[in-house]
Amino acid sequence: MNLDYVPVLLQTVIAVVVAVSMLGGAILIGQRGRRTPAKDTAYECGKDPIGPTNPRFSVKFYMVAMLFILFDIETVFFFAWAVVYRQELANGPQILFAMLFFLAVLGVGLVYELRKKALDWTRHG
Amino acid sequence: MEGILFWFLALVLLGSAVAVITNRSPVASALSLVTMILALAGLFGLLGAYFLAAIQVWVYAGAVMVLFLFIIMLLDLKAEEGMPLRALGVGAGLFLVLFLGVGIWHAIPASAWEANGLRAAVSNDAASIGHLLFGAYVLPFEAVGFLLLVAMVGVIVLSKRDV
Amino acid sequence: MVTELTVFLVSTLIKIFLVIGVLLGLVAYAVLAERKVSAAMQDRIGPNRVGLPFVKARLMGLGQPLADAFKLMLKEQFVPGHVRGFYYNLAPMLAFLPALLAICVIPFAGVDPIHLPGLSLAIPQPGVIANVGIGALLLFAVTSLGVYGIVLAGWSSNSKYAFLGGIRSSAQMISYEVAMGFSAIPVFLISGALSLPQIVDFQIERGWLLLPFVGKQFDWHLLFLWPSLLLSSLIFLVTLFAETNRAPFDLPESEQELVGGYNTEYGGMRFGMFFLGEYAALISASGLFVTLFLGGWSLPFGLLGTATSLSTFFLQALVFLGKVCLLVFFFMWIRWTLPRFRYDQVMTLGWKVLLPLSMANIVLVAILLAVFGGTP
Repeated sequence: MNLDYVPVLLQTVIAVVVAVSMLGGAILIGQRGRRTPAKDTAYECGKDPIGPTNPRFSVKFYMVAMLFILFDIETVFFFAWAVVYRQELANGPQILFAMLFFLAVLGVGLVYELRKKALDWTRHG
Repeated sequence: MEGILFWFLALVLLGSAVAVITNRSPVASALSLVTMILALAGLFGLLGAYFLAAIQVWVYAGAVMVLFLFIIMLLDLKAEEGMPLRALGVGAGLFLVLFLGVGIWHAIPASAWEANGLRAAVSNDAASIGHLLFGAYVLPFEAVGFLLLVAMVGVIVLSKRDV
Repeated sequence: MVTELTVFLVSTLIKIFLVIGVLLGLVAYAVLAERKVSAAMQDRIGPNRVGLPFVKARLMGLGQPLADAFKLMLKEQFVPGHVRGFYYNLAPMLAFLPALLAICVIPFAGVDPIHLPGLSLAIPQPGVIANVGIGALLLFAVTSLGVYGIVLAGWSSNSKYAFLGGIRSSAQMISYEVAMGFSAIPVFLISGALSLPQIVDFQIERGWLLLPFVGKQFDWHLLFLWPSLLLSSLIFLVTLFAETNRAPFDLPESEQELVGGYNTEYGGMRFGMFFLGEYAALISASGLFVTLFLGGWSLPFGLLGTATSLSTFFLQALVFLGKVCLLVFFFMWIRWTLPRFRYDQVMTLGWKVLLPLSMANIVLVAILLAVFGGTP
């Protein structure tokens, strides 16, 4: 195991301990109160809650999440590309063309989305 | 130290994998899957594949599982929570695990891991992966671009009413 | 017997506790600063009553964070009966963690080993907790997990406002995460590194990426890249606003529509962790921006040099903190100046403006670098 990454592990452990102890400590020393029916109802501006608590929401959110994954994967490739770009340039401009082609393909996808108004939030459907 | 970490992560991984299947609440299953992904990233890290570990967290835990959660919330799968485990299903699952396990057990010694620059792929930094990806594997990389394009079109065809 | 490993582990632990302590302190005072800044901008006085306990001194309200912290801790930690208990408790911690984790790869001072008097071994990488080669990648990976706290808070609260706020907020965060990643790529292209200390070193030599003429040596390549870097830093800054849910991107808690957004059903310390987590995220985001574009802990023209002694180390850390505080002030300034976007405007800006712009920017930088023959 590389020693460089041990601090990441330590930081993770300590951060979790800090977060848990902040909440746990507050629960331990916090004020104790009574339970009342009003406390146990969801807040809806003082009215009794009506309708389902998890209302149905627009399919657009789902679409955004899907597109997000695709672009996220691209970003990962860009990271690996950016680091070696200047070194690889010494072997000629192939590395530039490789990424330009990749970007062009994805640009087509982005243009398609925009043309289909997939990211248009004011329209229905 | 490494041994303890390995066993800890492996146990978390297996435990959360089992929890994915046995949990009846879809959100609990999804979160168990996130735990599993994080444990897997930890194992990658133990192997020295830090780039892969970071990507595992970023893409799978940070992106794919968010989509899963979205879909679960969108569909609001209340009926799923009441369904019990069926004996036949459990049996078939166990059989498949056994089957796959035996296959992998025999496959590991037979494959040549060190070949094809795989060692470089799991090495420490992003640069070695970059050199590999944009040197020897540039064709698969461009193919991935097309795959992503197809997926993008697919998203819109599937989720829009009037394409 | 002091071995290298013990020095490494002990110094790492000290750094972690110091950094987390400073971060939490900054968070507490950022809340006060926000109230003071907003008051100044609206021609009010702001909190000025609370001083030190048992002393009459008011100290311009500097005791306020202390009082706030005690109030949050001592409140009734109430769990409403209609929530999904386990996830309801998990969510605030998940919202708080990413910022605490992200700071471990951000360099706050030089990373050259320091020799302390009375200690035979040098302290390795004093200026950063984890000096890893893929620092930036790790940071992006960790911050991408921040969305869970919000989704889970919204879902587990079993309340309409919280649910809608959670969904909205998470969709906003993931939308801007893409543009954030893309807008940071030119930095990695130019510096050729993912390790944040290396990026800072590059900037000390060649000039800060936002101010290319302050390096130890003047580099005319960077001058040609300057417009792209300005654009890239602007996009990055905007996405940081959206990622940290700060105004004008504070849709998740747009109080006119959603009461409190995803934390509507929370109170006491659980609410406090969302609240403080937001500020912690703001501070670590500022730290990241300073590191990527503003030369990290360095002063112009390499005035501070690299760390050789404990005093320069602390000086560098102070410079870094100063820059971060200035940026945090900028965040507050914007918050109390600009009105909130509509949700469709947020999505349009993210997907149709920032994303294509940042992609085009990458192409431009790549072509320029190819023309230069891979130099800076």
